[in-house]
Order: sequence, then structure tokens, then C-alpha cells
Amino acid sequence: MRRVYMDHAAATPVRREVIEAMLPYFDEHFGNPSTIYDMGSKIKQVIEEQRVKVAKLIGAKAEEIIFTSSGAEANNLAIKGSALAKQKKGNHIIISAIEHHSVLNSARFLERMDFEVTFLSVDEYGLVDPERLASAMRPETIIVSIMHANNEIGTIEPITELSAICREREVSFHTDAVATVGNIPVDVNGLGVDLLSLSGVSLGAPKGIGALYFRDNLRLMPLIHGGIQERGRRGGTENVPAIVGLGRAAEIAVKELPDKTNHIGELRDLLVAGIHERIEQVKYTGHPDKRLPGHASFCIQAIEGEALLFMLNQEGIYANTGSACASKALKTSPVLVAIGIPPDLAQGSIVFTLNSSNTREEVEYVLEKLPFAVERLRSFSPIWGKKTAA
Amino acid sequence: MKFVENQPSDDTLDLVCRMCPLHLLEPGDKLKCLKKGQILEVLTDYDGALEDIPAWCQKCGQEFIGMEEDEDCYKLYIRKNN
Repeated sequence: MRRVYMDHAAATPVRREVIEAMLPYFDEHFGNPSTIYDMGSKIKQVIEEQRVKVAKLIGAKAEEIIFTSSGAEANNLAIKGSALAKQKKGNHIIISAIEHHSVLNSARFLERMDFEVTFLSVDEYGLVDPERLASAMRPETIIVSIMHANNEIGTIEPITELSAICREREVSFHTDAVATVGNIPVDVNGLGVDLLSLSGVSLGAPKGIGALYFRDNLRLMPLIHGGIQERGRRGGTENVPAIVGLGRAAEIAVKELPDKTNHIGELRDLLVAGIHERIEQVKYTGHPDKRLPGHASFCIQAIEGEALLFMLNQEGIYANTGSACASKALKTSPVLVAIGIPPDLAQGSIVFTLNSSNTREEVEYVLEKLPFAVERLRSFSPIWGKKTAA
Repeated sequence: MKFVENQPSDDTLDLVCRMCPLHLLEPGDKLKCLKKGQILEVLTDYDGALEDIPAWCQKCGQEFIGMEEDEDCYKLYIRKNN
């Protein structure tokens, strides 16, 4: 059966070049980087080379990169690490209402430790209003975290404007850039951020590796206490093969990004136009223009997103409802609630995320199969009959 | 312990929140970038450094000038001797 994978926000295939770069670090160069003999010290040097490559991808300096086990760990370290390091200065944190669970739950954890958290609301496209951020700031605000782009609705936030508000007040600004690094150009200086999280998952690197950028020796309380790996900011023997994989993936991303952005943008436009043409009562969620190039998200009236995923799966098409955690918990996605989608429409959420490997033929295949699946699901729906009659 | 007040310095090494024994490794690297006679300020929130850094200076032939307690950390001063 044909396989059309359009869930690249969840995972990307690891590139052959990346796998080949990683392989020697499982056996031939297996030494512990903390050891002082050459089998270890040479590997330490290799890690530093990868740090340079990852830094280059986001316009940072090598010493401003900490390797982590995931984007989620990078988000945890940014939020909890900054808050704990700055708790003598204040106890107020601001995040948006549509952050990833690794940011939301880090903030909720800090709430239990007597920090106060403001959850900023967003508009119908998921945008954070800079004026709203400015009015939420207090003298005791120590960190603000607003994601670069939302993984469920694709909207890209006005990070440069938001970070400027924080800089004026000497408040640290973090952005979760897991959805953007590798998909659009990301430059930490242009964005004006103090902390930025990225993940190997969206870069064609293996799972289990991420990184946190932190500006100019900013203080961070470690979350994993141990040895002095990552210059005393994260204990634990480094995952050398994965770090090498991330470095190689970053190198490839720097080279291929302009072509990739154009290619996935064209395919996305084709997919969006085709869906609007072929299926009635569909809402395109997120911002129409300020969005990730390879991201197409919809809420389809009178269907269940999970049922649709199942039917598409039967045709070899792999997409997402956008919020696996919320869907497993039988809960409406908090992101869709935050942008004002009614709960019944939010049930019909479907998200396609594209990558360089996707083709025009694959988009056409989806456009052939999707309307049929929607029609079939609607034929079972008691709501659909009523809606159309009304 | 020697105490100082408003001690000027030529460079600062911020080790606040960073794990032990980094306070015994990074000052040596940082001092390599300074000239003989210049002063390094080390910021740390680790109590153990108050004992370790003067002892490290003695062992490495550097001069430990003294320390000052700040709002959220200790400031320790080392003069480069070699």
C-alpha cells in the first residue's frame, strides 16, 4: 500500500547522512567524553564541533548552546532553570495560553512552589498581542515564554516585538522554537530572545536530542545534577551519537532551508486550496499568512478527528489531530479552545505537516482520499443531517 | 578568610548555579586569558568554594586576595601570579 506521511511535526525520518555520521560513535568511538585519555578527549572535541554547527543554524555562539535530551527538556530547563536562578528577584512568570505542555506544565509546577503565573490569552488566529504582554508585566516578572510557532495551528508569533518589551524591562524572554528551527530561518539575535529551545525531532535528527540556547552566560539552575557536563549546567554522560546526529542535521538544514521552505509552502497551498474546493464546512485554523510554510490545520464540521485519522490510516495516509495528549484524555484541545473554536467543531481537528520529502503526487493522493473519508464519516453523523437541514 | 570591600577586578567569572567542582576548573582556564598581576573576580553561590578556592590558589601559586558577600552570591578575588 502507498504510504503518505504528513505528520512531520510529530517526527521526521532520520536522514541517511545523519545516521552515517552517528554510527562510528556507537562502537569505534565509544569513549566517555569526560575521561582525560585521548579516547575520551577526542570525543569531547567532537561534541564541541557539533555545538558550533547547532549554534550556526540559529545565529548563536557555540558556548551559548546546551545539549538536552529533547525539546521538552530544553523548555523545562529554560522555564524552571531561569525561575529558580532568579527567585530572589521576583516570582512572576508569563506564558501564553497555547504553549506546548512542556512549557505549560513547567509553569504549573512552579505555581506549586509559590511562583505566580499569568497565562496570556490569544486572538482568533492564536496571536499574542504585544500590548497585552506589556500590561501583564509586573516589577516581579522574571521570565516570559511565548512559543515561536504553534505546532497545532501553525501560527508564527511576533517574537521580535514581544522580546523587545521584555528587554526594556530586563526580563528574560524564552521562545519554544521546536516547530520552527529547520522549517523557517531562525536567528536568535534577530528575534531578540534570551533563551530558545529546539529539538532534533523536527530537524531530521534522531529522537532523544534537543538543545537550549541561552544568551551571554545567563544564569540557569540545573535540573539534572551530576557531573560537570555542559559546563556544569546539565549532569549526565552526553548522548554522543545523538549529539553528532543533531550537528549533522543542523549542517544539512543550513544548506537546504531556502529550498525546503519554498517547496513545502507550495505543497501546503495546494493542499489547503484543494481541501476548500472539495469539502464543505471546513475551517482553516491558525493565521492565514503568518504561519509555518508546511503546516495545514483544519477543523471539519460533524466528524471526529480520531475517526478521520483512522480512515486515512487505512489508505496509508498519516496525519495528526494536533493534540495527541488532549485527544487521549478525551479533552478538547486547549489551543483550539483558546482561539475560540466551539467544542463540537474542535472535535474535527486534523493537521498535516509537510517536509521536503513530500511530493505534489502525495498531496493529490490526499485530496483524492480525504473527501471520501469525510463524506463517509458524515454519513454516520446525526449532527451532520441536522446542520445541513438547518 | 580575608574579606575585601569594593575590590576592582579585570575580569569576572560567573559560576552561580553551576555544579561542583566547576569552581576548581574554570578559574584556571580564565586566568590563562589574563596578564600577570591582573585580578579575576569569581562569582559563586557554592559555600564549599570559600574553602576550595583559597586552597586551590595556594596549590597553583596564585594569590587569593579575599572575598565579599553580595546579595545573591559570594565574590572571590584572585590575582594572577604566574
